[in-house]
Amino acid sequence: MTATQRKAVSDEQRWNLRLYTAGQSPKSLAALNNLKRICDEHLAGRYHIEVVDLLKNPRLAKDDEIVAIPTLVRKLPQPLRRIIGDLSDVERALVGLQLKPRK
Amino acid sequence: MMRENGIPRGRQKARDLPKAPTGIQGLDEITGGGLPKGRPTLVCGGPGCGKTLLALEFIVRGATQFNEPGAIITFEETAEELAQNVRSLGFDLDRLVKDKKVALDHVRVEASEIEENGEYDLEALFLRIGLAIDTVGAKRIALDTIESLFGGFSNMAVLRSELRRLFRFLKDKGVTAVITGERGGGSLTRQGLEEYVSDCVILLDHRATNHISTRRMRIVKYRGTTHGTSEYPFLIDEAGISVLPVTALKLEHAVSSERVSTGVPRLDRMLGGGGYYKGSSILVSGTAGTGKTSLAASFALATVKRGARCLYLAFEESPQQLARNMRSIGVDLEPYMKKGLLKLQASRPTFHGIEMHLVQIHKIVSEFSPDAVVIDPISNLSNAGSMEDVESMLLRLVDYLKSQQITAFFTHLTSGGRATEATDVGISSIIDTWLLVRDIELGGERNRGLYVLKSRGMKHSNQIREFVITPQGIELLDVYVGPDGVLTGSMRAAQEAREEADLRVRRHELEVKQLELERLRAALDARMQERADAATRRGADEMKARRKKQGQ
Repeated sequence: MTATQRKAVSDEQRWNLRLYTAGQSPKSLAALNNLKRICDEHLAGRYHIEVVDLLKNPRLAKDDEIVAIPTLVRKLPQPLRRIIGDLSDVERALVGLQLKPRK
Repeated sequence: MMRENGIPRGRQKARDLPKAPTGIQGLDEITGGGLPKGRPTLVCGGPGCGKTLLALEFIVRGATQFNEPGAIITFEETAEELAQNVRSLGFDLDRLVKDKKVALDHVRVEASEIEENGEYDLEALFLRIGLAIDTVGAKRIALDTIESLFGGFSNMAVLRSELRRLFRFLKDKGVTAVITGERGGGSLTRQGLEEYVSDCVILLDHRATNHISTRRMRIVKYRGTTHGTSEYPFLIDEAGISVLPVTALKLEHAVSSERVSTGVPRLDRMLGGGGYYKGSSILVSGTAGTGKTSLAASFALATVKRGARCLYLAFEESPQQLARNMRSIGVDLEPYMKKGLLKLQASRPTFHGIEMHLVQIHKIVSEFSPDAVVIDPISNLSNAGSMEDVESMLLRLVDYLKSQQITAFFTHLTSGGRATEATDVGISSIIDTWLLVRDIELGGERNRGLYVLKSRGMKHSNQIREFVITPQGIELLDVYVGPDGVLTGSMRAAQEAREEADLRVRRHELEVKQLELERLRAALDARMQERADAATRRGADEMKARRKKQGQ
């Protein structure tokens, strides 16, 4: 396995997630907790969650066309996915994140 | 609709309802000053009815004319598209954004990219709207069109409660909002936005009758304000939207007793010496080829010769053709067109709907500010609408022109065979001076006759005049009224010649008689002289005889 190949594999496996919240609202907190649980279970060690608080910086909402709160954006791996809501339905969240095939 | 004790809210405070002027021509008049300040207004209508434009114009004019910065939240078009769309109307959105007078945010909601999972709200949208408002200190906001949200989210309960929250949020922010909505089957908007916006609802419409389309606007609801309830036609052109208020006009315009020349000196005399009243309405009706346009052009020329401004709306001829034709009868309009005193505007009556003509005329009149307006002919307008439509349009036009002290001159083509007066009954009541030109067919000739059918407020001639168009303009001649009726044209000329011949014969007879008299007098004189001489002679003889006697 060459260096470039290894890098490609690790890039593919690396998950880059961004969660948009508005302060410490119950929905935002629930979403973060649910997301952490899913990631720990399915993506242990190869994920990164960035929490963007739009209350602190509303300008950032434009970048990912955020309208609803909370919104989870899967930046990596491609393609970009968007899930809105507190992720309380774990099964659906897994499908949405393409960690499980759609039934 | 939210009501308290059955009374619409706000009505209690009807008098001090603050308004945000739109700056859109006519709209402020029908809404009594603008949209409700600090409250949302719903603008709804079908596709292509101009709702986005109305919302944008409200923001742009607010920023440029009323020093009220605005925010535009667009859900459909991108900021670039929007800027491009309004550039043709002379709105430079980019510049306004650069100058921090307008904030623009395009909110893209794509259902296919969104997966819903669990509870959510639209707080991010609120934050974005709040940000747009705060960046420029917006006093006005346009949301175009918020219904796109309904396509993006499936949880209707959340959406509806969030919308309600949104309108409350906008009210709290104190911004005057315009929300656009697509007209949907049975209700004002497809998603029932009117349920949330209860202060002011404006309905736009774009429909075609007789193949001619007209844009119309109606204030469906305006809480706490008396407003016009009719459908007002409006126009979208290079200067944006202009609405024509029609019922706002009242019968209380100032009147003038100043006279303006008809352009025909003899006609001025027929109308009691001075001509038409300034600011009155004049109608010339007649069948084809009776000289209506010539009378109209003469009036126009007289107007511009005084240095006043005249607007000539031709519905039959192109300006060039009209100018050429009128030059042939000595009415040279061209120099005045060059000077800018005369504006010849030609358009096909069928080019617009009847109401659009009215809006257009309003627009030209307010731009050109003429002292007189000629419409030649109004009968052609009936091609663009029913006779009732034309009548109601003319009524409003005359009212408008009178309120501006503008003399209105109309020509009307009556079709032959029908009673001339009868066909025009509908418009008669709005006309102050009505001239009738008609054919007089006599002795194998067709000549023109003119008479004053009515002329309010002035002494006018009741006689028919023969109306002759010469290369020097219009002349009115006395007609010959004799035992056989009215004589015109060559019969009048023949009659005049006959009279002259009679006169000559009489004069000759007189001369002969005079000569004879003189001869008689001469003869008498001679005899008198003779007698006197004889007497003198006799006297002398007697004297001689007496002296002889004395001497003896």
